[in-house]
Amino acid sequence: MAGSAFAKSRCGLIVLASLTLLAVAPVAAQRVLPAAGAVPAEDGQWLMPAKDYASTRYSGLAQINRQNVKDLKPVIDVATGNSRGHEAAPIVVGGTMYIVTPFPNTVFALDLTKPGAPVKWAFRPKPRRAAQGAACCDVVNRGGAYANGRLFFNTLDGATIALDARTGKQIWRTQLGNIAKGETVTMAPLVAEGKVLVGNSGGEFGVRGWLVALDAASGKVAWKAWSTGPDQDVLIGPGFKPYYAMDRGKDLGVKSWPPDAWKIGGGTVWGWISYDPKLKMIYYGTGNPGPWNAAQRPGDNKWTAGVFARDIATGQARWFYQTSPHDLYDHDDINESILLDMPINGRMRPVLVRPARNGYMYVLDRVTGQVYSADAYGYINSAKGVDLKTGRLIPVPEKEPKEGRVVRGICPTAPGAKDWNPSAFSPRTGLLYVPHLNLCMDVGAMEANYVSGTPYVGADVKMYAGPGGHRGVFTAWDPARRSKAWEIKEDLPLWSGALVTAGDVVFYGTMDGWFKAVDARSGALLWRFKTKSGIIGQPISYRGPDGRQYIAILSGVGGWAGAIVSGGLDPRDPTSALGFVNAVRDLPKRSEAGGRLHVFALPRR
Amino acid sequence: MSSRFRAASAAMLLLALAACDREERQARGAPLPEGPPLAAGTDPRAKDYENNAYHVAQGQRLYAWMNCVGCHAHGGGSIGPPLMDSQWRYGGSMEDIVRTILHGRPNGMPSFDQKLTEQQVWQLAAYVRSLSAQPRQDVLPSREDAMSSTEPLTTRSREDVEPSQPERDQGRPK
Repeated sequence: MAGSAFAKSRCGLIVLASLTLLAVAPVAAQRVLPAAGAVPAEDGQWLMPAKDYASTRYSGLAQINRQNVKDLKPVIDVATGNSRGHEAAPIVVGGTMYIVTPFPNTVFALDLTKPGAPVKWAFRPKPRRAAQGAACCDVVNRGGAYANGRLFFNTLDGATIALDARTGKQIWRTQLGNIAKGETVTMAPLVAEGKVLVGNSGGEFGVRGWLVALDAASGKVAWKAWSTGPDQDVLIGPGFKPYYAMDRGKDLGVKSWPPDAWKIGGGTVWGWISYDPKLKMIYYGTGNPGPWNAAQRPGDNKWTAGVFARDIATGQARWFYQTSPHDLYDHDDINESILLDMPINGRMRPVLVRPARNGYMYVLDRVTGQVYSADAYGYINSAKGVDLKTGRLIPVPEKEPKEGRVVRGICPTAPGAKDWNPSAFSPRTGLLYVPHLNLCMDVGAMEANYVSGTPYVGADVKMYAGPGGHRGVFTAWDPARRSKAWEIKEDLPLWSGALVTAGDVVFYGTMDGWFKAVDARSGALLWRFKTKSGIIGQPISYRGPDGRQYIAILSGVGGWAGAIVSGGLDPRDPTSALGFVNAVRDLPKRSEAGGRLHVFALPRR
Repeated sequence: MSSRFRAASAAMLLLALAACDREERQARGAPLPEGPPLAAGTDPRAKDYENNAYHVAQGQRLYAWMNCVGCHAHGGGSIGPPLMDSQWRYGGSMEDIVRTILHGRPNGMPSFDQKLTEQQVWQLAAYVRSLSAQPRQDVLPSREDAMSSTEPLTTRSREDVEPSQPERDQGRPK
């Protein structure tokens, strides 16, 4: 018995080694790597949701590997006492784990040095309850961020708070959002160069998007960059050099809108920010233009639904690329930007890779904003591709929503081929691991009235499974080959983030509560664990005070995709939750509300 | 000729009388007094608004215009709770719903006090009640104004009206 197992595993290793050789040999000279300087050496901690400034979500820990991951066992399983959607990544600093819950955004510090990880302190920011009525897609929070002894996080009612990470005492609190206008904050801040970067949510409420840099020491506003309006407000100056002609011109944030529409035009900044410490530039996307009914806002609607590169010190824009000019489908461009250095036409280039809502995997130059490639990673029938000469998305006119009628069979949907839930990149495999959606939709557009503090949408949407009938896909994307390496079809939409480790194991969760470990090279399922609720959180990995490697994830279904459970919505109305309910009518039977923290480890030897 | 004419006019008179009998209510309802709603189940205006097809239809237009649909969808809920089921956090009577629309509720329901007239608020409340088929069957709108794929309200059966508590999320790991 023992002998045969040994033989099998040795044989497996040989096969694996030859596969690795095959995979690496052609590009051995020019590998795809995370941006130089943006990924510090592995220290076993997890200080920010994306793990590092390049947003790799890659853990360099390798105790847990493809062979032993099958032995993973739960070591911590505690309730958070909150029943809404848990999208946050746990943060681990030394022997302490920090969790930010959905509204009311309680922060827990858990002592990892003691059995059962007891609560060291809890901080209750008491956000205004009315904020719940301005959060489009469940009252989620995507986590905190740690720097220099402080934990930074945002509250749903639009405050940014700095806590003493040791004691949980508030150091400063800065109110940024105004819920009376429909502004909320759900994103996790990014802390870099002594600045805390925070953007607003509320693209479904006719708010005007912004990104603010706060001084990490004092909480004072260092700069504020609006996403619409005059160049002065957008922090566009002489240093602004967009690559494409469509993004050049004076005050396009005003001129590409009907009069005054930019004031309620969206372009919120509720997603991910990456930072290149060598170029001193941040990269982030702007949200959808409002209202969804595009007939009310003829023009390109700058600077919504695109990606900004800015100087971190001044906030001045360096370039912008509009992924979806005059967006028709709620295609916020807020998804993660993974900063990589990779060969483009035989030359190493600094790039950002972005799996966009519109279904294309963009590779852009970090310095110039040039689009090197934009390849479909999901099923798309609403666009024909991206014109790399002009940079423009090529629309399909018959899939354009029209006021006063219903256009059917639009793919991808409003949440896109992929929404906020972030991908992970492994320098070992050179692959990007992308959890995403396979849905299509019907859209009926009608005129929306702007009533301050109420939704500003103007569309009835109904979503359903895309081609093949599966609603989620987990794709391993090879940026060097510009194609899929492998994919896993998932029955339910995927709303959780991904994690990849140096043990070549990829982790992600499903909305019916399966937390899965798959082989980073083949996608083969290696291990899975069933949680009571569903998973829409972000898995992380850390080295505990005992030196062992741990994997952590929050369960607690909800978010836009799981609002049917966390909000108790009625599936008889297919337009509930902006049409998402229709695609997940079976979810209440397959999961239940309730947040829990799960931590896994291998048995002690 | 004349007898046939007489028979025809008699028949027409009969038809006309029959029609008069069927239309016993005023299409738009009599003007109703204004003032804050009384306790649940006691305000005489409730029935007048709720059992009038014109008021319910006006309520449906306001439901879209005031962006109610953005939070409650076509009854199934989104940001706010569903309105087509039996659960009512703040009471499901006409009077309770009027109060909710007028003054808002602490978990995010905004106040429409300065945005709608009192009559419009009652009309809106009547339409909200129609989402769970509370008004008379012949008053329910037979089609949606919006282009949703929701089934007509006339096919819905009346839901019970039950109180429910808004959830209180506050806790700690246990």
